[in-house]
Amino acid sequence: MAIVYQRSKGLTDVETHYCPGCTHGIIHRLVAETLEELDILGKTIGVAPVGCSVFAYDYFNCDMQEAAHGRAPAVATGIKRVLPDKVVFTYQGDGDLAAIGTGEITHAAMRGENITTIFVNNAIYGMTGGQMAPTTLVGQRATTAPLGREKSHAGSPIRIAELLATLDGAAYIERVTVTSPANVMRAKRAIRKAFELQLEGRGFTMIEVLSTCPTNWGLTPVKALEWLNENMIPVFPLGVYKDITKEEA
Amino acid sequence: MAKELWKGNEAIAEAAIRAGCRCYFGYPITPQSEIPEYMSLHMPKAGGVFLQSESEIAAINMVYGASGAGARVMTSSSSPGVSLKQEGISYMCGAELPGVIVNVMRGGPGLGTIQPAQGDYFQATRGGGNGDYRLIVFAPANIQEVVDLMQEAFELADQYRMPVMMLLDGMIGQMMEPIEWKKPPVSPDDLPAKPWATTGTKEGRAPNIINSLFIDPEACNVHNQRLEEKYRRVIENEQRYETNDTDGAEVIFVAYGTPARLARAAAGLLEKEGIKAGVFRPVTVWPYPYEALHEVAIQDSVKVVVTVEMSTGQMVDDVRIGVNGVKPVSFIGQAGGVIPTPREVANAALKALGR
Amino acid sequence: MAYHEIIVAGFGGQGVMSIGTTMAETAMAQGLNVSWLPSYGPEMRGGTANCNVVIADTEIISPIVLEPSELIAMNQPSLDKFEPAVKPGGLILVNESIVERKVQRDDVRAIYVPSLEIASELGNMRVANMAMLGAYIEATKYLTFETVVDMLRNIFTGKKAHLVELNEVALQRGADCVRR
Ligand SMILES: Cc1ncc(C[n+]2csc(CCOP(=O)(O)OP(=O)(O)O)c2C)c(N)n1
Ligand code: SF4
Repeated sequence: MAIVYQRSKGLTDVETHYCPGCTHGIIHRLVAETLEELDILGKTIGVAPVGCSVFAYDYFNCDMQEAAHGRAPAVATGIKRVLPDKVVFTYQGDGDLAAIGTGEITHAAMRGENITTIFVNNAIYGMTGGQMAPTTLVGQRATTAPLGREKSHAGSPIRIAELLATLDGAAYIERVTVTSPANVMRAKRAIRKAFELQLEGRGFTMIEVLSTCPTNWGLTPVKALEWLNENMIPVFPLGVYKDITKEEA
Repeated sequence: MAKELWKGNEAIAEAAIRAGCRCYFGYPITPQSEIPEYMSLHMPKAGGVFLQSESEIAAINMVYGASGAGARVMTSSSSPGVSLKQEGISYMCGAELPGVIVNVMRGGPGLGTIQPAQGDYFQATRGGGNGDYRLIVFAPANIQEVVDLMQEAFELADQYRMPVMMLLDGMIGQMMEPIEWKKPPVSPDDLPAKPWATTGTKEGRAPNIINSLFIDPEACNVHNQRLEEKYRRVIENEQRYETNDTDGAEVIFVAYGTPARLARAAAGLLEKEGIKAGVFRPVTVWPYPYEALHEVAIQDSVKVVVTVEMSTGQMVDDVRIGVNGVKPVSFIGQAGGVIPTPREVANAALKALGR
Repeated sequence: MAYHEIIVAGFGGQGVMSIGTTMAETAMAQGLNVSWLPSYGPEMRGGTANCNVVIADTEIISPIVLEPSELIAMNQPSLDKFEPAVKPGGLILVNESIVERKVQRDDVRAIYVPSLEIASELGNMRVANMAMLGAYIEATKYLTFETVVDMLRNIFTGKKAHLVELNEVALQRGADCVRR
């Protein structure tokens, strides 16, 4: 993959702890570049989750708060209500956002909270060692689904973008991925659009990014990208699920 | 029976299944994730229910429901997750529901660290939820003891109709030791009947209600007094502790869980220096064995009582209550996942002795 | 009285944990008391991992090893970190294949094992840790090769039975490094 790496001013020089080939790193860079390009690093407050990106507070070069597991949207709400002129974002994994934090994310979206959520969906709990997530695919193995996720027992993967798109408070919701240079460009545009809408005060924005976890999927980085393309995208189709600017037009 | 090498977390899970537990709800968190992982494979094999919940709040409320429906049920977590369970634990106590809650403690407060600690002592023994309630809290110090106590934990929970907590630290969860399965496995079919459970009236009996709401203050007071009377019976009958070389000792270390092992190592160091030291180890930290500790401390030989914890000092309050001023009580501890060394512990005793 | 306090340390994925569990299983099979305590958490991702093993014919007081009587250092950071802690008169086994320096202390016994070379000569990189274990057993002489091999026979059955011999040879090649 031909992504020439150049560190954005939006990132600190702290070396990240992500596993080799994990796409958390690319997603960090896209967010950081966007903040830099929009020249809002100085007025942005980020909220880190609990999950592999728990140390995001050390990586983003802006003010950061660390939230309890799943509570980032509530913490972000608190920040935004006190500082409505600032830019506030959360960066959350699928265990954090789609399991323990479904209440908080749903109600932040319902209220049309003027924040941006970067939702990193890797279909597994990375940090704690590969347990089943609500986004785990049917049949996919996890340490708490040793024989693969069974629909009759654990249901089917939750599609957060589609779910939140039903809420009136949601201004912009798109699902993207970062498995190819073209996809990375698209993801970058989506993230930029979300932050722009926040700057315009349009309401809740969320970009769901399909991401890899080579370590807990037990795949090489390259195979992990292939696995994502072949297995995750059919279940989690890419695309725009809500765009308030289109509705108005 | 032959000894088998077991990891603490997996042994807890297996011991629960052998104790007739056929229902587990939980959410992953280090350093206890091996419990749900083990359960996910072995609970279905035993014909039981394993379900990964969406949060610890959901897990404890699933426990509430399953227990109310008459199941022998458990959940497990580590410190931040156990904090989330406090509401449900309070409701279980209010509704008088049995169940076992395992807390494999890590360092706090907040997200803290994933390394072993004992900072949840107050939460476990004083109650982290609302209202006047108590839990029976077992604090085993090695994997054999964990396994031995598991069946008892379920039995006491049923007997008194209250939750029982197994309070461990990350070290016990993560380490491996040889164990023996001393007791024969319990079949869920042989468990005592629970006529209060909501299993359907079958149109034969009056409806059962599982509830913690007593809106009339008089009624709520009566309910509380009745719970209190039950807790008194627990205090009278269920205190457990162990002593090592406390007879005629100059120094008494008091510690539970992993620090009790460190205290014994420290006692060994002191012995080499000509000082006799023993260890008093509460096995139940609620009810706390106050009188037994008092008896040990009041001996003429005892000069100092030194509490050892992986916290900044929580159980030491109970030690002071037990010793009740008859001897000086001091404290040595480290928090946040740092474990005091036997040398530090021995030095704390020397300092307390004024040497 | 035997009381062995061992630290096995290296990169995650080098088989550090399994060297420790094999030692513990072997000791248990020989009727000794054991405890095995791993480091855990996300630091193990590509970082360093270690386990503490205590083996004794008396009761094991604490499972935590602060001053090992024996250290198995599978990589350089592990040697750097734990060499100073080893008890005087103790033993340090060094994975010579990737550790670039020698043991600096002169009050301990040092043994060097080219575990990767041994494994590649045997055509299976997974047996590198068996070579380390073989050296340990030979140098300390309280665990027996027979017990380990018996255990291997229980683990590798059916189609995998041929792995018993391979592992046995790896153990012996490791042991040779002590004798040389
Ligand atoms: C209350 C609470 N429960 C559980 C945990 C343990 N925990 C830490 S991260 C995590 C899951 C992370 O998975 P995900 O959000 O998918 O992010 P990833 O690691 O995959 O990036 C869990 C369950 C915790 N820290 N707090
Ligand atoms: S465990 Fe998975 S999600 Fe976490 S850093 Fe490693 S690859 Fe990424």
